[in-house]
Amino acid sequence: MSQSKKNSMFSIIGASSVGTMIEWYDFYIFGSLATVIASKFFPAGPGNETLSFLSTLATFAAGFVVRPFGALFFGRLGDLIGRKYTFMVTLLLMGGATFAIGCIPSYETIGMLAPILVLLLRLLQGLALGGEYGGAATYVAEHSPVNQRGYMTSWIQITATAGLIVSLIVIAVTKLSLSKEDFDAYGWRIPFLASIFMVGISYIIRRNMHESPLFSKAKAAGKTSTNPLKESFGNKLNFKYVLLALLGVTMGQGVVWYTGQFYAMSFIEKIMNVPKEQVDSVMIWALCLGTPFFVVFGWLSDKIGRKWIMMGGMLIAILSYRTIYTNMYETVNIKNKTEIVDKATAVAELKENAKNKNGGVDSVYTKTKAFVDGTTYKEVKTVTLNNGSVEQKDGKPLVDTKKTVTINSSDKWTLILFVFIQMIFVTMVYGPVAAFLVEMFPIKIRYTSMSLPYHIGNGIFGGLLPAIATFLVTNATKANTVAAEAGLAKVIDKPYLEGLWYPIILAGICFVIGTIYLDGKDNKVDDELVGDFKNEEVDLAIGK
Amino acid sequence: MNALKRVLGVLWIMIGAYAVYYLIVNQAISLWNKGGENIIPAVIYTLILCPMIAGALGTFGLYSLQGEFDSKD
Repeated sequence: MSQSKKNSMFSIIGASSVGTMIEWYDFYIFGSLATVIASKFFPAGPGNETLSFLSTLATFAAGFVVRPFGALFFGRLGDLIGRKYTFMVTLLLMGGATFAIGCIPSYETIGMLAPILVLLLRLLQGLALGGEYGGAATYVAEHSPVNQRGYMTSWIQITATAGLIVSLIVIAVTKLSLSKEDFDAYGWRIPFLASIFMVGISYIIRRNMHESPLFSKAKAAGKTSTNPLKESFGNKLNFKYVLLALLGVTMGQGVVWYTGQFYAMSFIEKIMNVPKEQVDSVMIWALCLGTPFFVVFGWLSDKIGRKWIMMGGMLIAILSYRTIYTNMYETVNIKNKTEIVDKATAVAELKENAKNKNGGVDSVYTKTKAFVDGTTYKEVKTVTLNNGSVEQKDGKPLVDTKKTVTINSSDKWTLILFVFIQMIFVTMVYGPVAAFLVEMFPIKIRYTSMSLPYHIGNGIFGGLLPAIATFLVTNATKANTVAAEAGLAKVIDKPYLEGLWYPIILAGICFVIGTIYLDGKDNKVDDELVGDFKNEEVDLAIGK
Repeated sequence: MNALKRVLGVLWIMIGAYAVYYLIVNQAISLWNKGGENIIPAVIYTLILCPMIAGALGTFGLYSLQGEFDSKD
């Protein structure tokens, strides 16, 4: 490839990747600021069950369930009208929705309208994201030489993790620049509002791009689809590949991706009780160190094939997850540390209950412990009192216990190492996947066909993972508590590992299907469907 | 390999059917009965995961059994 072609290719990749990264950023800041959003738009409390329901809907429906619908809607548009036009629309839709979330007055100001508007805008975000990825991946792949498609599209694969890193950094910088009160009052809006500038720049860059050469050629020859949805899913010849892409690739890829990044984050924070600031720092380091490997494995997939890199990543993940999570847990477990007994403190006090509108009080017990290696432990047990007696719920005292383990630098780096190892699995399964999906489907229905399995695999199977895995851990812990109360032995030996069964089983099924059913020959789509358009025409299209 | 693909078709259908049993009978019904915060996982199991896993695996298994995924060479 000549130097000018290379430059042209990199400007195409740059323009596509930056826009996609901004969309991921927009999508993640909602999740990263979930606590503050909940307090502003979905305040908890007696009589607010509807708000809590809307909050759940905003998190689950928009983030996970709506994405496949976005894939169908925009995929169809992309196969009918063109890739460029469609991913311009998704970019503007996402940017507009994110900016608007930052502008909505809180529940205190406009009442129920606030959470409803947030929910609607979150739905728009989910729809836009559903349309964006397939467009960007297809667009870059259709510009790339066949023998570099894995490498070129791997830059698109970086964007999801990069979007997460940028969202964590922007939020951290905003928090550091403002006082806690200012951040709570207006500062949380800044990451949302900032999106409009990023989207504006990306829009200007993308506006000057040309349509995909293969799509343009197909359109000029009258060979585009007139009904992409019907041809993709109503046609057994293509639908079987959609199912194969879902069950043999994206389902496993989705759960490995979400385990390595979001479940690891949630596990360290909620199960290991490490403070949020330290968790963010661990994640930012591990993600930054792991991110270049998307390109490494994308490039490698051009050399040795895509199938075995992805299947290898899944297999190693399945075999090592329990060991990795046991080691992560035991690294921070205070039972393995030597306590400095003299430094232990215990304080009991009565505090006003801010949530109780009747001005009730809580009995608060605070215990702190320090350990020889520098780790500190704090446990705050809050017992809610009502007219001097302990409030009951389901026949049990209403007690809320919050534990925090502040880790030392050595343990922090150990955690970074374990998350980084999981990032390697993530990059193995995710780096080559865009090129792989693009190559499974013909040009005329590519956008639609590849977007749906991608967003079901990632949005539904992957996106639900943190919630399901945490639920499994909570259930196992409860079962042990009930057994202990009844004087029985533990039901489950390591309840904190129970959440891993979900990714292990799904990735296991995906590994078997992928290994046996995928033929491993890249750059090969079903000739009956490709019609006159062979992948080799990419070279001609970009003038190689 | 084609024979293996076809035989495995039965396994995928059976796993799909077991997913319905496990997610609905074993999990969702008891979660619905418990109520409260258990409703959310019950809804996820019943309306999202179960149709996805059972539908996709069942159809995939059927296609496998019919030889749709047989290698041509």
